[in-house]
Amino acid sequence: MSEQALQRVAEKFPEAIVHGYSQHGDETLVITREHLVDVLQYCHDDPELDLKMPSSLTCVDYIDETPRFELVYSLYSITKRHRLRIKVRVSAEDPSVPSVLHLYRGMDYWEKYCWDMYGIQFTDRSVPVERLWMYEEFEGHPLRKDYPLRGRQGLIPERNIRDIYRGPGPGPGSVPASRPAVPRPSQLPVIK
Amino acid sequence: MAQQHDNLEVEDFDVLDAKIPTKTMTLNMGPSHPATHGTVRFNIELDGENIVKLDPELGFLHRGFEKSCENVSWTQCLPYTDRLNYVSALCNNFGFLSAVEKLAQIEIPERAKYIRTIGAEIHRICDHLTGTGATAMELGGFSPFLYAIEARDLLWDRIAELTGARLTTSFGRIGGVDRDLPEGWIQKVKDSLDRVAVLRDEISTLLTHNRIFLDRMRHTGRITGEDAVNFGFTGPCLRAAGVDYDVRKAHPYWVYDRMDFQVPLGSEGDNFDRYYMRIEEMKQSDAIIRQCFEQMEPGPIIIDDWRYTLPPKPQVYSTIEGVIGHFKVIMEGIKIPKGECYAYTESPNGELGWYLVSDGSGRPYKVHCRAPGIPLMSGLEHMVRGAILPDLVPTFDTINMIGGEVEQ
Repeated sequence: MSEQALQRVAEKFPEAIVHGYSQHGDETLVITREHLVDVLQYCHDDPELDLKMPSSLTCVDYIDETPRFELVYSLYSITKRHRLRIKVRVSAEDPSVPSVLHLYRGMDYWEKYCWDMYGIQFTDRSVPVERLWMYEEFEGHPLRKDYPLRGRQGLIPERNIRDIYRGPGPGPGSVPASRPAVPRPSQLPVIK
Repeated sequence: MAQQHDNLEVEDFDVLDAKIPTKTMTLNMGPSHPATHGTVRFNIELDGENIVKLDPELGFLHRGFEKSCENVSWTQCLPYTDRLNYVSALCNNFGFLSAVEKLAQIEIPERAKYIRTIGAEIHRICDHLTGTGATAMELGGFSPFLYAIEARDLLWDRIAELTGARLTTSFGRIGGVDRDLPEGWIQKVKDSLDRVAVLRDEISTLLTHNRIFLDRMRHTGRITGEDAVNFGFTGPCLRAAGVDYDVRKAHPYWVYDRMDFQVPLGSEGDNFDRYYMRIEEMKQSDAIIRQCFEQMEPGPIIIDDWRYTLPPKPQVYSTIEGVIGHFKVIMEGIKIPKGECYAYTESPNGELGWYLVSDGSGRPYKVHCRAPGIPLMSGLEHMVRGAILPDLVPTFDTINMIGGEVEQ
């Protein structure tokens, strides 16, 4: 059943398809980045395909190949019971793809995941992309193959959060802190 | 700790129906809050008591699951999968192994399929008991939680007899399962299931017609079927919204095609439906386990292919082929053929999908876990926006976010 879905997309967008194949019963289409939104829009809207559910979005870092990153969109149709995997290759120099958040709201966290873990940028997003799991001050993207397994990050300054009583002091526009800031253990002088 | 901000959305107004300039308030809930079991922090913007904006902050439990898996052999990934959903570890173990077997094109023996089904269904009951009990507890009813924990521990004892561990089972192996059912285990499970059924009905009696519980649960946290699909919901949360999608029925794996069971469907998509889905699914799981016991027959529990499994110990100690087979598997790791696949099973919270890429070496090139909780968390803001703050608690409970799998 999924072969028909694959055929249908391939016939509609012949210029977008780089490659299409089936492995272990999973139908896969490799498309160009320029046609990503059009193809996904078609997959979402077409009644024959009816791929309404965003199953997942992930990225694979093929560090020795060019283009380096491969984004893997997994779509599912509840009514037709078929699944289609759509892949897009992006280079390490310009790791950006258009966002499909306006089609699939469930892609929000997966796009955050790809930004957080692989540093893929998503353009035209209605809300800015943030890190999903790591903290904002984290440097690098941990699931890239060149990120060391036991990589360590430096200490970060305490955030200037304005609505907690303790901490580094009053933030912009807040009331004065009820008591002075307490130095962090790392800031205290070492007594020998 | 709250802070007030000026509400900038005061529009032009007539003098007579002048809007009072209001202020919104930011409230931080969590990461260590009694109602946010798991460690998640909510940045909530409140207008009076209504939620204007909800920003969940995840990652307090992030421990680099995928990075760890990429740096160990395929078998060594298995203990990491236990820790994804720690209440139903067997579902994760077997889900991951199914994906690996799809990649290696292995067909597991019949008895192993039955053992996997039994294990997964027992853990599904455990997970639903925990979810239901925690929901009741966080709405102020402590007794159902104690009943649920008693029932869950009974089943965990049975799991411990089967696998050797209550929580972190690491039970499956590529090509089958680790060991056969212990002697007399089937009768013990049947007895435990009888007791669990009594406790489950007691929980259901305490909650389902309870006015206080109903007032908190009905018509709160609603989502339509269309929105639920758009957000990628699966499992009880999707079925509560009336969308019939259960992997066990839609794409049967193991022995689910031979089982006679129903998939409960909701209509409202509210918290009460999601709670009730879980109660009903426990009954169905109970029926599936009993059918498995009737249908299963003796036989091998793991494939006899030394590329993927360890040779039996008598052969390791007495033949050179056995020693070599053992050595290759242990020292080099199991070599999964080059390729990629997406395999999915129905875990208690929904579709647990695995996108695996193998480059033919002994280690995974990529292990992506499509945890069912991540889409549920992304839909949380949609479900509670505009609702009052207390509605957040049951909504967060019924989507049953598991920190282990959502934050990986």
